[in-house]
Amino acid sequence: MTIIDKTADVPAPRGSNDESGPLLEVRDLHVEFHTRDGVAKAVNGVNYSVSAGETLAVLGESGSGKSVTAQAVMGILDMPPGRIPKGEIFFRGQDMLKMSNEERRQIRGQKIAMIFQDALSSLNPVLSVGYQLGEMFRVHQGLSKKDAKAKAIALMDRVRIPAAKERVNDYPHMFSGGMRQRIMIAMALALEPDLIIADEPTTALDVTVQAQVMDLLAELQRDFNMGLILITHDLGVVADVADKIAVMYAGRIVETAPVHEIYKRPAHPYTKGLLESIPRLDQKGQELYAIKGLPPNLLHVPSGCAFNPRCTMAQDICRTEVPALRPVTEQDGTELVGRGSACHFWKETIHG
Amino acid sequence: MGRYVARRLLQMIPVFLGSTLLVFSMMYALPGDPVRALAGEQTVDPQQIAAMKKELGLDLPLWHQYWNYLVGLFQGDFGTQIASGRPVADIISEAFPITVRLALFAFIFTVVVGISMGVFAGLKADTLRDRGLLVLTLLLISVPSFVLGFLGQYFFAFQLGWVQPNVSLEASSDELILPAVVLGSLSLAYVARLTRTSVAENLRSDYMRTAVAKGLPRRRIVGVHLMRNSMIPVVTFLGTDLGALLGGAVVTEGIFNVKGVGYNVFDALRHREGATVVGIVTLIVVVYLVASLVVDLLYAVLDPRIRYA
Repeated sequence: MTIIDKTADVPAPRGSNDESGPLLEVRDLHVEFHTRDGVAKAVNGVNYSVSAGETLAVLGESGSGKSVTAQAVMGILDMPPGRIPKGEIFFRGQDMLKMSNEERRQIRGQKIAMIFQDALSSLNPVLSVGYQLGEMFRVHQGLSKKDAKAKAIALMDRVRIPAAKERVNDYPHMFSGGMRQRIMIAMALALEPDLIIADEPTTALDVTVQAQVMDLLAELQRDFNMGLILITHDLGVVADVADKIAVMYAGRIVETAPVHEIYKRPAHPYTKGLLESIPRLDQKGQELYAIKGLPPNLLHVPSGCAFNPRCTMAQDICRTEVPALRPVTEQDGTELVGRGSACHFWKETIHG
Repeated sequence: MGRYVARRLLQMIPVFLGSTLLVFSMMYALPGDPVRALAGEQTVDPQQIAAMKKELGLDLPLWHQYWNYLVGLFQGDFGTQIASGRPVADIISEAFPITVRLALFAFIFTVVVGISMGVFAGLKADTLRDRGLLVLTLLLISVPSFVLGFLGQYFFAFQLGWVQPNVSLEASSDELILPAVVLGSLSLAYVARLTRTSVAENLRSDYMRTAVAKGLPRRRIVGVHLMRNSMIPVVTFLGTDLGALLGGAVVTEGIFNVKGVGYNVFDALRHREGATVVGIVTLIVVVYLVASLVVDLLYAVLDPRIRYA
């Protein structure tokens, strides 16, 4: 089932009891939300895996299910109304969906940590950042208040917050947007987790700060040899840091590929549309391409391929049959490692 | 911070003067007078009344009476009751301790039960227990306090015999429990609702999701992250509420025969004892002002985003 293969020469996960296999493996995950208007199928059979030191970028529009998948991995879905009717989430070979609440809590923060999009609302407004950072050490490692504060200062230094010692007792609203996001990163990093999920970590920041934060994240990931799942809708951010990409649409992965190949040769019309809608300097003055239509309503996902109402290549088969995620090959049939496309006409898209 | 407190304290002076003047003129405007009330149904020689009024300074114009009152007040003299001849200061020092105790009991009851109920319901908003709380609080808000008072008296004193229907003159603490519960039940309903809404709302906030993602135990998520945020509006309400409770409860104190502030104000009003009414009301105003200042300062402690300069 797993379509995304490990990329070559992945460093061995540190201190693990399970040296083989990926760090995290999501298999055929389904998530639905029971609302007053019906059942919204947010995730419909997602498969992906991440190894230590590897960065997976999950790309997609709002409502494509990328955040919901991450929340399911993290175990922070609101259930109810959320429900996971089907699927497995393996962390170091163990299915987390079968674990007790307490076992999952032990993993959260210590083994898998998450960075949220809006650091201002994601940090508690009435607690000092030093308290919120130190809390990780106090709860998970039983450190004293004083030791935890010292660790918090060290963490703030690590993510290069100037004058960490003086600012440790400040509150979130007293920091700038970029600094706040650094604090979020520091919090996720506190216990040196094996895997970090970053849910649009730079969306709320301005462009220069975006680059700084992404560089910091990439550097820390290298230093700690962590797995990273980067959720974003910004193709520009992805190119620099990701190893492989999974493009999501209407709760499904529609294309997977190593990062640079997807820019050269997309194998799904949706990915192609996304790439063409990036503003480019060499096409100055021309009209910017936009994918027509709107993302599908998750209460009524179109039959067949969910993208068919917006697709320029759609044929009759697209309206009746859901395309499976199939391996993508060269024209002569040689396998393209790590590539897959859920399009009936992937050949035409990539080679035509 | 220091400057802010000083400014607030200075602001109390005009409020103090204004409220005393207001109460004083209202007493002046009321029909009837204390000297005539003294005589009751008997007919008294109008000349005698006029002589007594002159002696008490009640024949002077309003501004002069007010001036005399203020001069006395700043010398620590609250005036004297006409009927009993007792200094008003004595009456206040007798009534206030009882009301303070009653108010504190009612306050503790409100805080402990109200907040627990609110948290209990807010954590599971829109479930059966939440709806149950809403109905209960609606009942408490809509039923007048004298109905609750008489019901409490009927069941706990006359039927079950757990308590005496009336509070004795000493007003021992166990006697004050039932009046305190009756007095606090309205605030309890408001506190429970306020807490419930605040908890339910904060439960959905992003920082709560972060707290869960940090792998904190549920106790800590609710006890520290949720409560610190949810208590901000509740504390604001509780502060002004404490002022109201200390202001005395005419109805509740009347039902249970508690000789507190409310009882004395009502009594003084009936007999047109201006000095007593103004003295007590002024004290209540000061209590209110101090309570609201404390609330505002507490607000800044609870919410670091608020800073006073």
